[in-house]
Amino acid sequence: MTEQTIVIEVMRYRPEQDQEPWPQRFTVPYSDDMSVLQGLQYIKDYLDESLSFRWSCRMAICGSCGMMVDGIPKLACKTFLRDYPGQVRIEALHHFPIERDLVVVLDDFMEKLERIQPYIIPKEPRALSEGEHLQTPAQLDLYAQFSSCINCLLCYAACPQYGLNSDFLGPGAIALLHRYNQDSRDGASQLRMQLIGAEEGVFNCTAVGYCSEVCPKQVDPANAVNLNKTQSAKDYFLRFVKPKGSCQ
Amino acid sequence: MEIYQADIVIVGAGGAGLRAAIAAAQADPNLKIALISKVYPMRSHTVAAEGGSAGVRQAHDSFDYHFNDTVSGGDWLCEQDVVEYFVKQCPEEMVQMEHWGCPWSRKADGQINVRAFGGMKIERTWFAADKTGFHMLHTLFQTSLQFPSIKRFDEYFCADLLVEDGRVEGVLAIEIASGECTLIAAGAVVMATGGAARVFRENTNGGIVTGDGMALAFRHGVPLRDMEFVQYHPTCMPRTGLLFTEACRGEGGFLINKDGYRYLQDYGLGPAEDQPRNKFMELGPRDRLSQAFWHEQQKGRTFEGPLGSVVHLDLRHLGAALLRERLPQIYELAEDFLGVDPAKEPIPVRPAVHYTMGGIEVDGRCAAPLPGLFAAGECSSVGIHGANRLGSNSLAELCVFGKVAGLEAMAFARNHAPVEGARLEKQALASEQKLRAMLLKEDGTERMAVLRTEMAETMEQGCGIFRQHDSMLATCDKLAELKQRFKNLRIEDKSSVWNSDWLLAIELGYQLDVAEAMAHSALNRKESRGAHQRLDGFEQRDDQNYLQHSLASYQADAAPNISYGAVKITKSQPAVRAYGAAGVAAEQEPAHD
Repeated sequence: MTEQTIVIEVMRYRPEQDQEPWPQRFTVPYSDDMSVLQGLQYIKDYLDESLSFRWSCRMAICGSCGMMVDGIPKLACKTFLRDYPGQVRIEALHHFPIERDLVVVLDDFMEKLERIQPYIIPKEPRALSEGEHLQTPAQLDLYAQFSSCINCLLCYAACPQYGLNSDFLGPGAIALLHRYNQDSRDGASQLRMQLIGAEEGVFNCTAVGYCSEVCPKQVDPANAVNLNKTQSAKDYFLRFVKPKGSCQ
Repeated sequence: MEIYQADIVIVGAGGAGLRAAIAAAQADPNLKIALISKVYPMRSHTVAAEGGSAGVRQAHDSFDYHFNDTVSGGDWLCEQDVVEYFVKQCPEEMVQMEHWGCPWSRKADGQINVRAFGGMKIERTWFAADKTGFHMLHTLFQTSLQFPSIKRFDEYFCADLLVEDGRVEGVLAIEIASGECTLIAAGAVVMATGGAARVFRENTNGGIVTGDGMALAFRHGVPLRDMEFVQYHPTCMPRTGLLFTEACRGEGGFLINKDGYRYLQDYGLGPAEDQPRNKFMELGPRDRLSQAFWHEQQKGRTFEGPLGSVVHLDLRHLGAALLRERLPQIYELAEDFLGVDPAKEPIPVRPAVHYTMGGIEVDGRCAAPLPGLFAAGECSSVGIHGANRLGSNSLAELCVFGKVAGLEAMAFARNHAPVEGARLEKQALASEQKLRAMLLKEDGTERMAVLRTEMAETMEQGCGIFRQHDSMLATCDKLAELKQRFKNLRIEDKSSVWNSDWLLAIELGYQLDVAEAMAHSALNRKESRGAHQRLDGFEQRDDQNYLQHSLASYQADAAPNISYGAVKITKSQPAVRAYGAAGVAAEQEPAHD
């Protein structure tokens, strides 16, 4: 195999030394099957051990290695150096505070995840001895896609609204909220809909749709947001015609 | 030093750690549970499990069948009483996962579907497409968020166990974001840190799978049991080692050599039939399939290409629609990483290191011999996998024994109140000082990546699919050398915030200890059993001398001491382990003892 090289420009930020992020350029030998992640690993192993970034599974399922690759949010493990002839620029995910180098602070998303109550709140209690709930493939299909979110946060880095106002629940959390609301086993959608209609809810979204474009798992969070806009508007009007606490 | 006082502390927030935390939180809401993890819980390596999780489900299946498959699959090195408990608990735990929202794949009538898996007589593998581990992990993590008594320490790196008066009393953890140490005092500690396959070169594991909990328990005198048994998964991506689930074969995929021949029929797994048949051919156990690959390679019947020797995993006859429904992630991996459309072309595969059957020695209630220490999941050796794990038993194990470990740790902590953190602080400070000395050492010359690469290469050379004395001995010697050189490690990065260089160094220390336990346990086992196969005169199983668990005990500045312990046999006497037509014949023979 012929030795080819690529210049990987990495935005560095070490809070103990640096006032602000700055670009550092590395020349890295690569083969056609090498991912951006493998390029960064090469840098860390042989060129500069102080470079910090998150990674683990290498197969686009753990969600650790989200970063900006030439300005677009990507998973480094399934983005390939061969697609960036000559040079590629890597920086931390946009719209999040940078902890160090390519590591961003996740506190905001973790807090939002907790807030949407991402767990089954059963319609009625069911003992284990009663076995499973029946759920047809069609019922499963209603939420399966939204349950595939790996929390990689590429959608947050893509969302212009989240960039302006981080109070917005954002695409990932709304997709997961929708996942539980659509689950035939769950009985708490009214509870979660309060978040959807609230100030930080779906109406922040300006329907750019970039979140779905960058999603590496085809979760289509923009679709979840849109479905909830309709639902939330419906709920708003129903409030006037139905007594409080009544079921749909 | 920050001190946090908990009732129990759980190290690792993958499947086993989360299940333990939920069990304890449900049983006693007043309990203070500290759940620490070096990554955010949803990054834990449970996430990468694909094919499914075992549990008897169908009317024509039985606990005895699951028991027999597991014990013979483990080449009789299983704790049979523990396996009996395990198989009985699996279905309830899988239903529990369903109640918590796990999106199990369903049949048309809404009931949960199961699929075939290697070495299993009846289909009993519950699955969520081919992202079962991902869905189980996220279900467990998201479910855990409703319990306020679970206090998470995300991105805290466990750096030591604190042991006083012969009892575990807490852990020392580094907050990765600040580089500061925290002492977490607790009445009991649950290790749930996963496996150690990253000590090998070509492996399926995530970067975080570095044997941390195993090494910490080991260093504090707890034996590591059956460490020579390391599983090669037969169908992995060449070079990267990424996994193509066994479910590919459960759904009907074929393994083909360069002559277009389903070669497994030459290795006691045949006859070859068009339809998948349980415990035949591609549905044989992993150890046998990986060994068959090795033989094919020796015979020159593998494909040779830029990525090394491979065979073909042929899924074409299953059709794009079924592949998209049942194996979407496999489809995606083949397309994105190899440029292969599995509906049109076969996928090149080869074996890669996947799983550590052995681990921290614990009894059937997850208790280690060191009082106050419990372990569950891949880091533990509770005794269900023996010499070879069957696919889909490990996800079930996380649930069954995660729960046990959580409840047992809780019970232990009730009778052993946590000691005051202040009393432990001296020990914690001493431990921290050692870690900082390694970090700040100025005159080191050894480079981390070099040591790590040499470790992984020597493990592959000495402790691969087939083993012999000389190469294992060379590996043992090499590891001893690497441990010496490790003392002279240079850590370039001296900073505090997110210093991954420092953490990688601590991990490398863990890995070298675990690798040594593996290599010496392998060297000492003079027989072939399950995943431990020798070519140097010990090709047969030797029940006379080695129907025993190996126990590797740590010795500072010396190779581990290897001793042996009894295997619990209840109702299945060791017999011929056979698959395919030979397996059917063996089953029909009258039982003898």
